[in-house]
Amino acid sequence: MTGPARLVDLRPGERALIRDLAGEVPLVQRLLEMGLTEDEEVEVVRFAPLGDPVEIQIRGYFLSLRKQEAAAILVEKI
Amino acid sequence: MPGQSAVRTRRIALAGNPNTGKTTVFNMLTGFRARTGNYAGVTVERKAGGLKGAPEDQPVEIVDLPGTYSLSARSADEMVAADVLLGLREDEERPDLVLIVADASNLERNLFLATQVMECGVPCVLLLNMMDVAKENRLAIDATGLSDRLRVPVFPIVAAKGEGLDAVRDYLVRGSFEEAHSALVEFPEVFENAVTDLLRTIRESDCPETFARPFLARRALLETDGIAGKRLLDCGGEAVSTALSQSRKAIEESGQRIVSLEARVRYGFIKQALRDVVERPEERVETLSDRIDRILIHRVWGTLVFVTLMIIVFQAIYSWSAPFMDVIDGVFGFLGGRLAAVVSEGPLQSFLVDGVIAGVGGVVIFLPQILCLFLFISLLEDCGYMARAAFLMDRLLSRVGLSGRSFIPMLSSFACAIPGVMATRTIEDRRDRFTTMLIAPLMSCSARLPVYTLLIGAFIPERKVVGFIGLQGLTLFAMYLVGVVVAIPVALILKKTFFKGSTPALILELPPYRRPGIKVVIWRLWERAGAFLKRAGTIIFAVSIIVWAAAYYPRSASVREEIEQEYLFELAEAGPDELPAVEERMEREIEGAYLRQSILGRMGHVVEPLVRPLGWDWKIGMATIASFPAREVIVATLGIIYDVGSDADEESPDLREKLQNARHPDGTPVFTIPVALSIMVFFALCAQCAATLAVIKRETNSWRWPFFSFAYMTLLAWIGALLVYQISAAILS
Repeated sequence: MTGPARLVDLRPGERALIRDLAGEVPLVQRLLEMGLTEDEEVEVVRFAPLGDPVEIQIRGYFLSLRKQEAAAILVEKI
Repeated sequence: MPGQSAVRTRRIALAGNPNTGKTTVFNMLTGFRARTGNYAGVTVERKAGGLKGAPEDQPVEIVDLPGTYSLSARSADEMVAADVLLGLREDEERPDLVLIVADASNLERNLFLATQVMECGVPCVLLLNMMDVAKENRLAIDATGLSDRLRVPVFPIVAAKGEGLDAVRDYLVRGSFEEAHSALVEFPEVFENAVTDLLRTIRESDCPETFARPFLARRALLETDGIAGKRLLDCGGEAVSTALSQSRKAIEESGQRIVSLEARVRYGFIKQALRDVVERPEERVETLSDRIDRILIHRVWGTLVFVTLMIIVFQAIYSWSAPFMDVIDGVFGFLGGRLAAVVSEGPLQSFLVDGVIAGVGGVVIFLPQILCLFLFISLLEDCGYMARAAFLMDRLLSRVGLSGRSFIPMLSSFACAIPGVMATRTIEDRRDRFTTMLIAPLMSCSARLPVYTLLIGAFIPERKVVGFIGLQGLTLFAMYLVGVVVAIPVALILKKTFFKGSTPALILELPPYRRPGIKVVIWRLWERAGAFLKRAGTIIFAVSIIVWAAAYYPRSASVREEIEQEYLFELAEAGPDELPAVEERMEREIEGAYLRQSILGRMGHVVEPLVRPLGWDWKIGMATIASFPAREVIVATLGIIYDVGSDADEESPDLREKLQNARHPDGTPVFTIPVALSIMVFFALCAQCAATLAVIKRETNSWRWPFFSFAYMTLLAWIGALLVYQISAAILS
C-alpha cells in the first residue's frame, strides 16, 4: 500500500477513490460541487489528442479537466 | 402593483444544470414564443414566455433562468439565477414555483443544484428529462419513490419528444402548488446553530425584512466569497460581517471544513435518496455516446474529423447557398428593372434603384449563407459536439493563455461577433473573458462573408484544386484562417500585458450526444433570419440611403455644363459612327465628376493617400468609410458607387460584373487579384461594426475597450492589407 497518487498519474481505464483535494479554495469548491467528493470513485477515460485535458468519469457522467487541476485531486488506485 | 387586482399572472421559473434540455422544456411549454430581454445592470439574457394552453383568465409566465451547476454564484449568469431564487432582484418578482429540470441519466450531479433550489423557500417541482436516454443506459428510475424522498412532485418527461409535458402543463394551470419545505438536507447541528445565530443578527441589522430568510443565511455561511454573503454584508454592515465570521469559525472549530461541508452533506443525502430509487445495471453499459466519443475525440480520428468538419462547413456555406442567392438576386434585379421603367429618370429613380433596391438587395442576398452557417453551429451545439471541440482545442487555446471555454464564444463569432461576445459571459475568469471578447471580433463573422463571396466570385478563378475543393472555397477558408492566425499573437500579448495572470481552470462537462431537435433548430434559424433581416431593414437600409445621398449630393448643374463645354468641339467633330461612343465617354466623365465632388467622394479623397499603398483607389477608400456601421454595407456601397458611375441605360444587374468592369481613368482595371485580396484581408481584420463595439461597451461596462478594439483592429487591418497587396502584387506581376 503506497501513499495517495495524483489523478493525473493514472492511465486511461484505471479507477481510483478520491482521497483529498489539494488546491486553491475556488477550484476545490467547484470540483466538490461537480461531485468530486471524498471516497467517490473516479475513472480516467482518456487524454485529449494533444495530451491535455483529461476526461474523467464521476457519478456516471463525463467531465474534462486540465492536468493541472487533475493534479490537485489525490486518489487511491483500486 | 398594477394589474395585480384584476388577473394575477402566475410566475414560474425554470432552473437546472446546463445540458439538461432546459431550453427545450421552455420551448415546448411556451410553444416557441419567447420574449428575450436583458436583466438590468448585468449582461444576462432574460428569456420569458407565456404557458401555451393556459386559460386566458389564468395566465402563466415562464422565465428561463441561466443554466448553472450550483447556487454558489461565481459568474454573472449564476448570480442572476441565485438572485431570482433568493428574491433579491428588483426587476424580477420571486417566482411562485420553480420547475427544476434534471437529466435523468445523470441524476446524482443534477440533484446537487436541485436540492439547493428546493431549499429556497419557493415551491418546487422536479422534471426528470431525457427518460429515454436513461432507459437506453438501462437505468430504472422510480419517480414516485424519488418524489417521496425529495418531498416534491416529480414528473418524468422526454422534452424533445414532448412526452410527459401535458401533465406538467395541467399541474401549472391547476396552480395548487405544494408548500415549499425549508430544510430538506440535514446539516450538522453546529451548522444549524450558526444559521440561527446569523438569522438573529440579520433581523437586528439594517437589512430589509426579506433578507432574514434561513435560505439566505445558509447560503451565506456555505459560500466563501459567494453572492449571498455579499448581499448581506452590503446591507448588514459590521454586525453581520462579525456574526458571519464568528459563525464560520465555530463551524471550523467543530472539525467541519466549510469548503467541503455542503458538497459532503448534500451528496451524502443524494446517495441516500437515490438508494433503491435508481437501479443501475451491474456492469456499466457502453452507451452509443461512448462509442461515438471513441472516434470523435480519438487522437488521430478526432483531429481529422474536426478539421474535415470545419472545411465542409465552409465549403457548404459557399456552394449550398448559391442557388438560393441566385433566386434573391433575380428578384431584386427584376424589382430594380421594373422601378427604373416606371419611375422617370432623376434623383427619385436613382434613390429607389441605386439606393434602396441595390443597397438592401445587396445585403439580403447573403441570407442563405448566414442561415447555412447558423444551421451548422446550431446542430453542432445541440448534438453535444461543441463541448468535444472545446476538449480538443483546449490545449491549443491554453497555449495562448485561454481555455477551451473560449472556443464556443470564438466559434460563435464566426457567425456573428455579437452573440460571440455575449457568450463570453460563461467564462468565469475576468481576464479570460476580456481577452476572449477582444479577440472574438477577429473571427470572420457572417457580415464579412458578403465581402468575401463578392470579391472571390468576381476575381478568384473557379478551379478545382483537390477533389471537390475548389480554389474559391480554399480562398474563403484562407480568409477565415487570417483572423484565427492573427488572434493568436493578439491574445498572447493581451494576456501578457492588460490581463496578466495564471491560466484559469477548465472544468467542462462532456454531455452525452443527442439528436438535435429539428423544431428547435428551425426555430433558431427563423429567429436569426428575422434578426438579420431586421438589421438589413433598419441600420443597413438607413446607411444605404445616407451613403446614396452622400454619393449623389451636392449635384450642381455647373459640373455638367463645364464638361459639356469641354466636349463641344469633340462632339461637333465626331462622325455619326463615333458620336455614341464620345457621348458615352462624356456622360461617364460627368458622373465621375459628380461623384468626385460629392460628400463621400471628398472624404474618399482625404483618405486616398492612406489607402493608396493598399492598392485601393479613392472609391474603395470611401466605400470603407461608409461601411463603418456594418461591414456588409461595403457591398451595398460598392454597388451604389459603381452604379452611379455607370451609364443609366446600361443593363448591369450583377455587382460582380460592375466591379470587373470598373476602370481607373487610365483604363486599367481597378480591381485586380491583389486588390481583391487586400480588401478582403482588411475586412477580415478591421472592426467596422458599430453593433459589436456597442456590445463590447455593454459587456465591459467601459468605453475604453471598444475604443481599444477599434484602434488595434484597424491598425492590424491596414498592416495586413498592405502586406498582402504588396506581396501578392510582386508575385503576380
